[in-house]
Amino acid sequence: MAKYSIVALTAALALAAPASAQVKLNGAGATFPNIIYQDWIINYNRAHATVQLNYQSIGSGGGIRQFSERTVDFGASDAPMTDSAIAAIQSNVLHIPTVLGGVVATYNLAEVQGALRFTPDVLADIFLGKITKWSDARITSVNPGLKLPAEDIVVVHRADGSGTSFIFTDYLSKVSPEWASKVSKGTSVNWPVGLGGKGNEGVTATVKQTPGAIGYVELGYAQINKLPFAAVQNKAGKFITPTLESVTEAAAGAMKAMDPGTDFRVSITNPNGDKAYPIASFTWFLLHKQYDDAAKAGELVKFVWWAETDGQGRAPGLGYAPLPKQLRPWIEARLKTITADGKSVWTTAAR
Amino acid sequence: MTALPIEPVPAPEPRWRALRGVNAGDRIYRGTLTVLAVTLPLLLLALVGELVASAWPAIRRFGPHFLWTSVWDPVAGVFGAAPMIFGTIASSLLALVIAVPLSLGVAIFLTEFAPKRVRQPIAFLVELLAAIPSVVYGLWGVFVLIPFLRAQVVPPLRAVLGWTPFFDGVFYGNSLLAGGVILAIMIVPYIAAVSREVLLAVPGSQREAALGMGATRWEAVWTAVVPYGRAGLIGAIILGLGRALGETMAVTMLIGNRHDIGLSVLQPAYTMAAAIANEFSEATTNLYLSALFEVGLLLFVITVVVNALARLLIWQVARGTAVGSRAL
Repeated sequence: MAKYSIVALTAALALAAPASAQVKLNGAGATFPNIIYQDWIINYNRAHATVQLNYQSIGSGGGIRQFSERTVDFGASDAPMTDSAIAAIQSNVLHIPTVLGGVVATYNLAEVQGALRFTPDVLADIFLGKITKWSDARITSVNPGLKLPAEDIVVVHRADGSGTSFIFTDYLSKVSPEWASKVSKGTSVNWPVGLGGKGNEGVTATVKQTPGAIGYVELGYAQINKLPFAAVQNKAGKFITPTLESVTEAAAGAMKAMDPGTDFRVSITNPNGDKAYPIASFTWFLLHKQYDDAAKAGELVKFVWWAETDGQGRAPGLGYAPLPKQLRPWIEARLKTITADGKSVWTTAAR
Repeated sequence: MTALPIEPVPAPEPRWRALRGVNAGDRIYRGTLTVLAVTLPLLLLALVGELVASAWPAIRRFGPHFLWTSVWDPVAGVFGAAPMIFGTIASSLLALVIAVPLSLGVAIFLTEFAPKRVRQPIAFLVELLAAIPSVVYGLWGVFVLIPFLRAQVVPPLRAVLGWTPFFDGVFYGNSLLAGGVILAIMIVPYIAAVSREVLLAVPGSQREAALGMGATRWEAVWTAVVPYGRAGLIGAIILGLGRALGETMAVTMLIGNRHDIGLSVLQPAYTMAAAIANEFSEATTNLYLSALFEVGLLLFVITVVVNALARLLIWQVARGTAVGSRAL
């Protein structure tokens, strides 16, 4: 009896599936862009009932793994895949930038009024443990208007692996040769000094509770929670207060040094440009170059293109920096190369 | 006389048949229970197998060095778990040092000294501590405990004991001390509740005998009641230790998450459970993931060893009939 009902149920489901004609697309990966990805999915679904999108924010590492094992249709990551990881899946991956993230240095100095300013070498030496007092001459000399206490500096970093750490350590590696050789860059690194906090909220809580602390968090998180954060001197020598606009400027500045054929896995920290905030990065969708299912691939490319165009307008309201408009043609060209059964799926995606 | 025919006595039913049951219902019942009983040990074995298999790349790469090296560098792919092993054991022992006197005190007060009216309410409130979620302890620790330690506890501690290596260095807040204290608060309800049950089970005649010999209340407790229940009390402490070793969330929020070994309780440290919880989701390379699995395996082994030692200890102590020995 039970057997028959299961058979009947399976049959009913099999019949019901084509009736709805819905394409299901699953994605997984980075937690940092989760809020905007969920927002995109809700808004996209409203207009496109034929596709059902699902995104799980399991972390960039997990996203890359699931994408590589093809358990999800698209991945998402804050740190680009390594060459060896790409080779392991026969280079069947495209990195498509979605939005930009900025990382800011936040601090706990109760008596200090006004925003701190850091030069790149000072920031690196603080996180290397070489500058240990707030009253150090190298800090005071770039902050002439501020009265800094003779307190110990307490460094706070992320304890969990994170794209935020990747962006920050990538920046420090570029501006400090010592950092590059001793620590290098990664989603988690061997921190020379400091306390670890879990997530942006863990770092924030520790910084808020520890007098003299300095930590780094995402720009959007710092803005929403009204944390104090420092201006950082960019490559052009200007002190730039992090804002969504100055983060977008970072990408625009970095583009000038990029080739249109880039695979987008480029780091855009410490870019050229007078108005660019130097600690910024793309976050990426990971798409396959070749898909098996043309219908799926078509819907996916359509969604991604929507996110790159209409979706960008939703970014600032949610605390993300939109991509510079100049990048669109490059991304369009890249999406056109995605194939299923040897044919580009873009034709079905074009509006 | 004619010999009476001797009735043949039926052979007694073999024991196995009685056990197997004569009717179908019994047999099904027995079979189900057997399956259930075997499943759990099998699950445990499967768990160990999976942990070893997943940790194998790290075990092969680092060998026993994993246990005593301190570098944890995901970028270079070099992993050593010594700071985490140290931090796990140190924070748990620190928690016991604080929690054991406190919970035994609570248990003795409730069973021996407290007026009847307050026993239930106090016991209930202490046990209620066990119902608070770990993350709430963590938040409370960050916003209440650490400022309190910084302002009220650490300055006098350093004034008195600052010369020892255990209270050396700068106190930032997140530290072995903060982690140990929060663990202590979290395991008090477990140790206190079990200890109370153990002491309640000590027969009244023990107390009466001691008091009859002219002992004070205090002497009666320490010479007659506590020794009688010692096996059970050790069991209670081990239960608390087991909790402390595996606690994750509250500890990671307070201990500072630093891969470092230091004697000072004012310094940040790391525990194995906290490291796994923090780093697992973004462990990007296979070796990194495998190293985290090996940390998990080590945590498992440490827990098993601690429990085995505890059981040995209880057997040693519980020669004769001590209360609670059988329950463990």
